[in-house]
Amino acid sequence: MNTLQKKLLYSMKKIRQVELAIAAKYSEQQMRCPVHLSIGQEAVAAAVGACLEKTDSIVSGHRAHAHYLGVNGSLKGMIAEIYGKVTGCSKGKGGSMHLIDKSVGFMGSTAIVGGTIPVGVGFGLAIKKLKQQHVACVFLGDGAIEEGAFYESANFAALHKLPVLFICENNEFSVYSPLEVRQPKQRLISEMVAGMGIESAQYDGNDVELIHQVTTAAVQKIKAGQGPQFLEFATWRWLEHCGPNEDDDLDYRCQKSNSKWRDRDPVQIFEKKLMDQKLVSESEIKDLHNSIDIEIKAAFEFALTSAFPTQEDLFEGIYG
Amino acid sequence: MGNSRTMKFTNAINEALSIAMEADPGVIVYGLGTPDPKGIFGTTLGLQERFGPDRVFDMPTAENALTGVAIGAALGGLRPVMSHQRLDFFLLAMDQLVNNAAKWNYMFGGNNPVPITIRLIIGRGWGQGPTHSQSLQSWFAHIPGLKVVCPSSAKDAKELLLASIFDPNPVVFLEHRWLHNSVSDVPAGDVRGVLGKAHKLTEGDDVTVIGYSVLIPEALRAINYLKENHNINAELIDLKTISPLDWDTIFTSVKKTGRILAMDTSHEQCSVASEVISRVSRDCWSSLKAAPQLLALPNCPTPTSHELTKDYYFDASDIAKSIMQLMKHQTKDFAHLKSPGAHDVPGTWFNGPF
Repeated sequence: MNTLQKKLLYSMKKIRQVELAIAAKYSEQQMRCPVHLSIGQEAVAAAVGACLEKTDSIVSGHRAHAHYLGVNGSLKGMIAEIYGKVTGCSKGKGGSMHLIDKSVGFMGSTAIVGGTIPVGVGFGLAIKKLKQQHVACVFLGDGAIEEGAFYESANFAALHKLPVLFICENNEFSVYSPLEVRQPKQRLISEMVAGMGIESAQYDGNDVELIHQVTTAAVQKIKAGQGPQFLEFATWRWLEHCGPNEDDDLDYRCQKSNSKWRDRDPVQIFEKKLMDQKLVSESEIKDLHNSIDIEIKAAFEFALTSAFPTQEDLFEGIYG
Repeated sequence: MGNSRTMKFTNAINEALSIAMEADPGVIVYGLGTPDPKGIFGTTLGLQERFGPDRVFDMPTAENALTGVAIGAALGGLRPVMSHQRLDFFLLAMDQLVNNAAKWNYMFGGNNPVPITIRLIIGRGWGQGPTHSQSLQSWFAHIPGLKVVCPSSAKDAKELLLASIFDPNPVVFLEHRWLHNSVSDVPAGDVRGVLGKAHKLTEGDDVTVIGYSVLIPEALRAINYLKENHNINAELIDLKTISPLDWDTIFTSVKKTGRILAMDTSHEQCSVASEVISRVSRDCWSSLKAAPQLLALPNCPTPTSHELTKDYYFDASDIAKSIMQLMKHQTKDFAHLKSPGAHDVPGTWFNGPF
């Protein structure tokens, strides 16, 4: 494996294993906040994260664990945050839906759909005004495309040719509502965005190396001053919109699609590809799995043994 | 600090923006119409010529996203100042203001200040009507994390705008359109006021009058008249900042006078004035000698017809009447305290349209 493949494999497996660990422990009722897990959507986060640098500015939405981990945001900080501890990345004020780790360029994720799109574009404006060679990256979903904030922000980014990378994960569902009750069937998101004057394309969101390749090219274009780039990736969330469980029994997604996408497990596809090419052995993958589990165990221990914020902390930080 | 000059409110705003841009290259100024020939009622005239289109620019008609853009730009190292010609249009941006700007520092555990200043202009009269004259400052004051500033004079406009721009927090800066032509002595140079501090404009033992913004000149006329003609000494407190509120100054005055009149430019229900009376009733109950009085707009949308706005707003004569009631004096007709001329314009300088 080359360095990049190692990084992508580690990153995807870590996201998967962290999310599974959260799902497994959620019923203990100690993580007392909503969680939107990213199982099934690991490839985009891992690949895009590998294209970004610490000096870039990344924002995301409610389903942000993967994006945060994809740029190597502090795992201990995230788990402690979900447990509501003072050692959490937001000191227990934000929970799963408000993650931040500025040391790696992850500038914040928030819960209102589309809410960070203009903020990300604002980071792009600052980068341009301050004449920096960085990129602002906005993670958004197919639901956020329907928000007015998206059109307003995309228009402004195009108008000023801002250094903004839009990464749209299209998992076809806004909670239980399918794309066809929300957007015209024949209209592709990427084509519509192209119509707004932003270079756009659509790709498979479960092929991590492809995602890395096209995102690298997009970042290069942005840094060359060619303006914002929009990449749409087709993918699928495996679990319920919010919470630790599967919900295929509710039948809001057709079983054919569910099984089609589960057969296209981005983590397994990549592992198999690397093994087929004899770049990694089954035992090496197992070792990687175990070492990630040790990391996760340490993060949960850190979270569980950390202190809660005190009542004095309640009024801290209302003003900056 | 330099010498004071007599200056118009709009010129004081313009000067504050210039000084802020000179002091900090990170200050950017944008808003719909910012560089146009009218320059937001003259307040942004000449700024683009002086500081260039990179720092002073127009924007798409997209209030919500451009507020979010300001938040991101602020987090990225700039100090954006946005201007809106009417507060009412800014209601489209409540999501970014309330869900992001106000909470960003708190919800990410501190160390994430959002230094943005949002100038909103409140209209009145000349048929501005239901959607061009709303005084919704209490909406903003309700949200923890925002600062809300309401200057009443050209001097305060300059000093408080500079303070707002250099404050690390999101500040909603409300300019009343009727004050735009008012003049006062304005100190030269980079003079930054203090946010969160009220100012006592007159001293008195009889009654405390609380107000801000365009109500201050009206109240001064009433108070000066009552002092000269009825020997009533009112203490006028200009709140200047309505969030955070300077409760110490309010409580100290009420404990001395035992009487309070709170005034507001907004509808009465859930107004800043009703909040002041609520807190005073709870915290100064034993000092009160009379039931608190309140002057605000009726709980009714603002109509457009100038015939319907005749009694919609209150003026110096109503303020004088309220003070007399608080003092249990027989009220008189104070019609002579009304401003001369038409009721729906701030003076002869205003001939419409907005």
